[in-house]
Amino acid sequence: MNLARRTLIGIPYLWLVLLFLVPFGIIFKISLSDIALAIPPYTPTLDLSEGLSGIREFIAGLDWENYIFLTEDDLYWRAYLSSLRIALISTVLALLVGFPIAYGMANASPEWRPTLMMLVILPFWTSFLIRVYAWIGILSNEGFLNQFLLWTGLISDPLQIMNTSTAVYIGIVYTYLPFMILPIYATLERLDGSLLEAAEDLGCSRASAFWLVTIPLSKSGVIAGCFLVFIPALGEFVIPSLLGGSSTLMIGKVLWEEFFSNRDWPVASAVAIILLLILVIPIILFQKNQEKQAEAET
Amino acid sequence: MPVADDTPWLDPDQTPLIRFDGVSKLFGSFTAIDDIDLNIYRKEFFALLGPSGCGKTTLMRMLAGFEAPTTGTITIGGQDMANIPPNRREVNMMFQSYALFPHLSIYDNIAFGLKRSSMAKGQIGARVDEMLRLTRLEQFARRKPHQISGGQRQRVALARSLAKAPKLLLLDEPLGALDKKLRQDTQFELMDIQEKTETTFVIVTHDQEEAMTVASRVAVMDHGKIIQVDTPPRIYESPNSVYVADFIGDVNLIQGNARSLPDGLASLAWAEGAPEIMGTAGEGLSASAPATFAIRPEKVAISVERPTDRNNVVQGRIHDIAYLGNISTYHVRLPGGQIVKAQTANNRRLSRRSLTWEDEVYLSWTDTAGLVLAA
Repeated sequence: MNLARRTLIGIPYLWLVLLFLVPFGIIFKISLSDIALAIPPYTPTLDLSEGLSGIREFIAGLDWENYIFLTEDDLYWRAYLSSLRIALISTVLALLVGFPIAYGMANASPEWRPTLMMLVILPFWTSFLIRVYAWIGILSNEGFLNQFLLWTGLISDPLQIMNTSTAVYIGIVYTYLPFMILPIYATLERLDGSLLEAAEDLGCSRASAFWLVTIPLSKSGVIAGCFLVFIPALGEFVIPSLLGGSSTLMIGKVLWEEFFSNRDWPVASAVAIILLLILVIPIILFQKNQEKQAEAET
Repeated sequence: MPVADDTPWLDPDQTPLIRFDGVSKLFGSFTAIDDIDLNIYRKEFFALLGPSGCGKTTLMRMLAGFEAPTTGTITIGGQDMANIPPNRREVNMMFQSYALFPHLSIYDNIAFGLKRSSMAKGQIGARVDEMLRLTRLEQFARRKPHQISGGQRQRVALARSLAKAPKLLLLDEPLGALDKKLRQDTQFELMDIQEKTETTFVIVTHDQEEAMTVASRVAVMDHGKIIQVDTPPRIYESPNSVYVADFIGDVNLIQGNARSLPDGLASLAWAEGAPEIMGTAGEGLSASAPATFAIRPEKVAISVERPTDRNNVVQGRIHDIAYLGNISTYHVRLPGGQIVKAQTANNRRLSRRSLTWEDEVYLSWTDTAGLVLAA
């Protein structure tokens, strides 16, 4: 019994160690190394054949200079701040689009709800890359959107949407919208209808009942949805590089360029470690929110 | 007229607070409420009683304003309620699920309705404190609903619905979620609060004991119709139909053919060769028609010797005995196969030990103890 329980608890920890802590340790070690023209492209590398002195030499070769470098070049700071801004704005936009959808789903008749849910999840059946490429076809100067607007006569010159941050917002909101809708839908669907009737019975209009009852009670779903959009959007790489062009600065793109164009693994690793530290804060807040919600339900 | 204060429904000069006038409600092709006329008076504690699906909840929701009648009119305090939304009615409702706002403290739950009204801020605090005192919840004011017990939640719901001092308070199965002991205590508490606040209460329940305990009048409903409206003793002692007699309390029903007798009595031929049994003639009983004799088990006496002072005597054999502590119920099988229940109070310890299974016994009752109802 005790052994079985320990094994059961041990499995997720083993998972975490193998798939998070070990890779994290490796990346952290690389971030303390120096760039080198070698395979792998950094020094020092651990040489165990020389025993204890090899380890000592290896540790002596590690230093913080990559982190210091990150503070000296303002490209990185601007990339982090720009990523935060884009992630924040995308999250707000996703909330503005997602909440009404979730609200509509929760108020649809019960036989329609599984279908609507299906429609929300359906885009996941197609590859994420293909869907982002499809947006190029829609948003580019010769794309469907511009052709349509030219045809209706609303505009006379094509709008420049591709390779702007607008395209990035559209791409992020589109991609992460289900992560916003589903948690909000889950809280709204559980909302007891008699609470709204009680609010009306006590003198609320429909609109004020919505503000005083529906909104506060969907708070935990809204917070969960916002984190689920914000966290991946912050490190997003594919969408800004495909839709944002060269004008959009995001840390995910910088990371990719450091790794694959500059082949500067140590600096790229330092960028990744800082990004992780920035993300730890919202992740901890997210966990706190989930715990609070679980507590309120018992 | 002192009588009018207790029984306003008997006084033709009294104007009812609530008037249902030919009210029907259809959901699609389903008739939930079928042409109901009903008057409810100020300060009454009125119970709507019936099995689930009889329309009692729909009737209450129409008073609260959550449903509109398909035909007919509802007036409250002389005002036609058509097109008046729930938030503009001086009616408050205590929900079956209590519907307490989980994100607000007990204090804020009770203050919720007051904050929506034009009441001044200082007065709101005083009113909430008064409600907390009335429902003995003072020390829980700062807690959230999930931090208190079911009985306390029930009192919060009551306090919240009473806070605005409504003309009419609706209670939807208010005690359904409580266990039996707590329910009985709360019933008396409810009556006490109703008396103190002088509010008109309309309660919906499927629990006949609850309706009988708390209500000044009970309306027994079935299939969207009101079968009988009367005081609890009259509902119990003089049901107007077999349905009501059967729904309220325990009853023996014997089918047969009725024959009218003088002095408001009737007799029933119920078995070949057996002497006719006698009882009070029920409402609308026509002579020599199929009828049902209804008698409460506690009005049937059981004895080993044949009683000589009564007209209604039948012989049978004890089929089953249910000992309930304070009372015992004997199930006696008559020669024709019918089972008649007789109930005796166990007012002396073990005094009825003399009667046991398969004993030949006599059942008897007085001439007016039973009712002969139109079948």
